Amino acid sequence: MKEGEIKTSVEFLTAEAAVSRIPDKSRMMVGGFGRTGTPEHLLQAVIDNTEIDGLTIISNNINETSNLHHLFMQGRIRKAIGSYYTTSKEVVKAYREGHMDIELIPQGTLSEALRLGGSGIPAFYTPTSAGTELAKDKESRVFNGREYVLEKSLTAEIALIKAHKADKAGNLIYRKSARNFNPLMAMAADLTIVEVEEIVELGELDPEEIITPFIFVDIVVERGKDND
Amino acid sequence: MTDLNIKRYIAWRSAQELQAGVVNLGIGIPTLVADYLPRGLVTIHSENGILGVGPSPVSGEEDADLVNAGKAPVTILPHSSFFDSSLSFAMMRGGHIDATVIGALQVAENGDIASWAIPGKDVLGVGGAMDLVVGAKRVIVATTHLTPKGEAKILSRCTYPLTAKKRVDTIITEYAVFKIRQGKLYLVEKVEEISFDELKKITEASYKIAEDFKSVVRESAIDNLKGEILN
Repeated sequence: MKEGEIKTSVEFLTAEAAVSRIPDKSRMMVGGFGRTGTPEHLLQAVIDNTEIDGLTIISNNINETSNLHHLFMQGRIRKAIGSYYTTSKEVVKAYREGHMDIELIPQGTLSEALRLGGSGIPAFYTPTSAGTELAKDKESRVFNGREYVLEKSLTAEIALIKAHKADKAGNLIYRKSARNFNPLMAMAADLTIVEVEEIVELGELDPEEIITPFIFVDIVVERGKDND
Repeated sequence: MTDLNIKRYIAWRSAQELQAGVVNLGIGIPTLVADYLPRGLVTIHSENGILGVGPSPVSGEEDADLVNAGKAPVTILPHSSFFDSSLSFAMMRGGHIDATVIGALQVAENGDIASWAIPGKDVLGVGGAMDLVVGAKRVIVATTHLTPKGEAKILSRCTYPLTAKKRVDTIITEYAVFKIRQGKLYLVEKVEEISFDELKKITEASYKIAEDFKSVVRESAIDNLKGEILN
């Protein structure tokens, strides 16, 4: 079969068109660790589309230098689920004043909850947080003499992620430590929108190096040379 | 002794515990441990998805896609690999990481550790601390002996919210090295710059002197670090 005859269901859209698919009050995953691997171009498009409001955001943190923080500062995030929020004074203040709810999850539990959320497994036992405040309202169980906490997997309506390159089928590769939560979130959302630096022809990515097969991808947005 | 020298001594002493394998270093004093690890023999894991973290890049060579868990730019080594956060934490939780060196707010004589939250303050950041302490084969706490206010950190029981129960293996401070063996605290090393009585006064936890106890001269260790110590 010729390359030109292959077509997947992955769409290639502008950032503006892609984010117009985000329903109001969505539960939305956002990739990245700090600012590394964060889909800043897609987040800018969300900021520009003022109809998107009342979001529940699942992300490791809300980095002060990220567009995710700008979105938060506009009061459009109702709840945040992640592992680390103490770096932003504004986030701490919003929580304290009751403007935003926060659900704190250990980082390894967060990453596994995403992986399993995308794998059809609704809950899992982990030793992390056993006997601590974060486990106080959770079921626990002893296996082989050690205590484990029952944690629920995470899914969402939307994932905004960042990859390095996509091919024209929607297969993704990442770059260095910018991978982090992105491949996990791609699996765990109903609609996965990916920001990439470059879209390449079919065959240009080695099948051995593809990290996220296109089956986990719905929309690809090329960031464009003039966006940083 | 300057604060930096104290921190560098603690970091250097922690590195002496690590002669091979894979280690994850926390933020603060533990970050300095990297400077004293045997070259090529200890591999550094970073929870944001790097096994084989190299030194800081020279100015101008920073790559925004290549950072460590403290979000600082790093480099890679010939044996490095990249992976997603789930695989990274599987390395921890699955018991594949030989040791972690981390800081602490409090450590108890039974190995409990509190390192992420202070009572009465909002509890909004845990990061990977719980996963790391639960998963690493050895948990080495590298900390100053007292808080900046002069309060004891090594206690009979932690009063702050726990990071994990009974996971600490070794405690290293500027005055002493303690090991937790079968749930009990032992003093295995003391610097000659402090007396047994003075050490007891600043250590709230009860401990026994280990059979393999030894006394060391901190100043001579610091002299040997000269050249690497900045001030």
